[in-house]
Amino acid sequence: MKIRKPLALCLGVLAGIASFSMGQETQPSPKPTPVPTAEPAPPPAEPTPAPPPAPSQASNYFNPSVSVIGNFLAVAGHNPVENLPSFNLRESEVGIQAIVDPYARADFFLSFGEEGVNVEEGFVTFTSLPGQLLAKVGRMRVNFGKINSLHLHVLPWPDEPLPVVNLLGGEEGWIGTGVSLARLIPMPADIFSELTLQAFRGQSEGLFEARTRSDLAYNAHYRVFFDLSEAVNVDLGTSYGAGPNATSTDETKRWTKLEAIDFTLRWKPLRTGTYRSASLRGELFRSRRDQPDSLGGRQTARGWFLSGEYQLAKRWFAGARVESSDHSDDGSKRDTGQAVLLTFWPSEFSQVRAEARRRRYAGGITANEALLQLQFAIGAHGAHPF
Amino acid sequence: MKKFTMALAAIFLAAPLWAKVHVVSSLQDFSSIADSIGGDRVETTALARGYQDPHFVDAKPSFIVKMSRADLLIVAGLELEIGYLPPLIDQSRNDKIHPGSVGYLDASVGCDILQRPTTQITRAMGDVHPYGNPHYWTDPDNGRVIARAIAAKLSELDPAGKSTFEKNLAAFETKLAEKQKEWDAKMAPYAGTKIVTFHDSWPNFAKHFKLVVAGHVEPKPGIPPTPSHTLEIINLIKTEKIPVILVEPYFDLKTPKFIGAQTGAAVVTFYPSVGGIPEIKDYFSLFDYDINAFVSAMKGHK
Repeated sequence: MKIRKPLALCLGVLAGIASFSMGQETQPSPKPTPVPTAEPAPPPAEPTPAPPPAPSQASNYFNPSVSVIGNFLAVAGHNPVENLPSFNLRESEVGIQAIVDPYARADFFLSFGEEGVNVEEGFVTFTSLPGQLLAKVGRMRVNFGKINSLHLHVLPWPDEPLPVVNLLGGEEGWIGTGVSLARLIPMPADIFSELTLQAFRGQSEGLFEARTRSDLAYNAHYRVFFDLSEAVNVDLGTSYGAGPNATSTDETKRWTKLEAIDFTLRWKPLRTGTYRSASLRGELFRSRRDQPDSLGGRQTARGWFLSGEYQLAKRWFAGARVESSDHSDDGSKRDTGQAVLLTFWPSEFSQVRAEARRRRYAGGITANEALLQLQFAIGAHGAHPF
Repeated sequence: MKKFTMALAAIFLAAPLWAKVHVVSSLQDFSSIADSIGGDRVETTALARGYQDPHFVDAKPSFIVKMSRADLLIVAGLELEIGYLPPLIDQSRNDKIHPGSVGYLDASVGCDILQRPTTQITRAMGDVHPYGNPHYWTDPDNGRVIARAIAAKLSELDPAGKSTFEKNLAAFETKLAEKQKEWDAKMAPYAGTKIVTFHDSWPNFAKHFKLVVAGHVEPKPGIPPTPSHTLEIINLIKTEKIPVILVEPYFDLKTPKFIGAQTGAAVVTFYPSVGGIPEIKDYFSLFDYDINAFVSAMKGHK
């Protein structure tokens, strides 16, 4: 791969976005919504006093909305491979979100561990681009597969499935800093079809390592969503990613190439859907990692998981997951696992989840563990995960 | 050749001479009113169904496709749609329907909104809405305000249709005034009646028809019934001699039926939105159905 090409591509995309935004500035900005006028309404039966405004301070009008999600995890059992702490405030995710201007919005998700802070995501989204385009610039969870693009707290489990841990660099998964461009591809009826192209600095912990500026990572994701009926819908995705791995040297750039297929099938009758629903999801991954001959040459590793969730009552969900993944740096090593889950939502803003998990690691080590997760959200009301 | 020209002419003449205004609304109530005002100059789609809990609508990507084509988005506002609409708007690639843009209409503006908090609120109170109760379209006077706002907005988006919209608005208002006389007359004998509702969806309906909401089956908004609260409600119904429990179609009838069996109060499924059942095909039949259901429950109770 030539050095200049990827850089030029990124700069081109950025320049395009910038010039478009600037071009917009010369045009009249959107008019504020006029308050509907106004022939006088017929007098109501009892005159209503003007409602008092909601308590607020003018200086706060443009402050971003802030939310914090606490994620506490307790683990029991013995596991010499993944030695999670007994009690851990694993993550306190601070979300700071606001509209930037008529053309863009910004989202920051700062992940506070017990020690240290991590910018999990921080990006601007250009929402007013022509040509059915949506651009994101900054640091973001990469749209590789489905689970990788989701935050830990919206997953249906307290832990990441094995293929994410083994093939995408660890529990954090693939997070990239760069640009993302997504376009709606017209389809008949109301079928949602979206192609996303992304270019990032070739750096993501445990997955990619950028030695020079020209070391970039790429991802392409195509997603289709359609309703089979009012209550049943299908979400399908296919992804291809590539980036330089840590075995690269000054002389030889070695790539890790990733592929994934994901599906989600949901059933939720609209009338009774707050009491009874179900979903089935699965992902299939393949990683091909170039390595020096001393490390066995190119390693091909496969991984998958299949997971189901059933809503028992308004606040209760039961789930199960099976998973398997080879090691990305040694395709001959394979870990497998099974888990059953029970989740209780006291309210929309808190959640208690128990998981009984068995993982069999390569080398014949078996770990039986119980995980108990408590999540709690304060601040601005975020969108419900879908 | 002549035939071909004729056919071509027929196709062009048959097609409407104007492009339709594509209206997407969060609720079927607004699309029903927009249909009444817009007639054949508009094409309406609603995201939530009338029998669905409007607080918990899934942010399905198929909605993004509908919204990407919209000229006008009508929302209830007051954070009723906060759980699903903001990410859909951002992904719609349609800046005409962004909040503050010309194709965005918050139907609550100008309506009589109840329960606006005047003191500090916290989520210890349950899922409270900081801008007031968002179920305001259940007051027909608010329906009139919404219809006027939609007519004004459609005239802005499609100036050529202005006279049509004004004519249709006048017809809507005339019919609403007639219907209101009928509804008010049917409800008049029950003024002052105390009622229990499952969720706090009915303050506007109760205010308009002079009912008194004495309690809710939910202990707090969004929190499912608890045994102790259910006992309190049973006692309340017994002491206050409350004749009916109104339940939105998307809630489980188990607890209300238990309360009904303990107290003799009638359990009535009360539809907050157009489309709740096929009979409720527009904004007028919404009140027709609910009021008839209420009246027959009251008559049966006596």
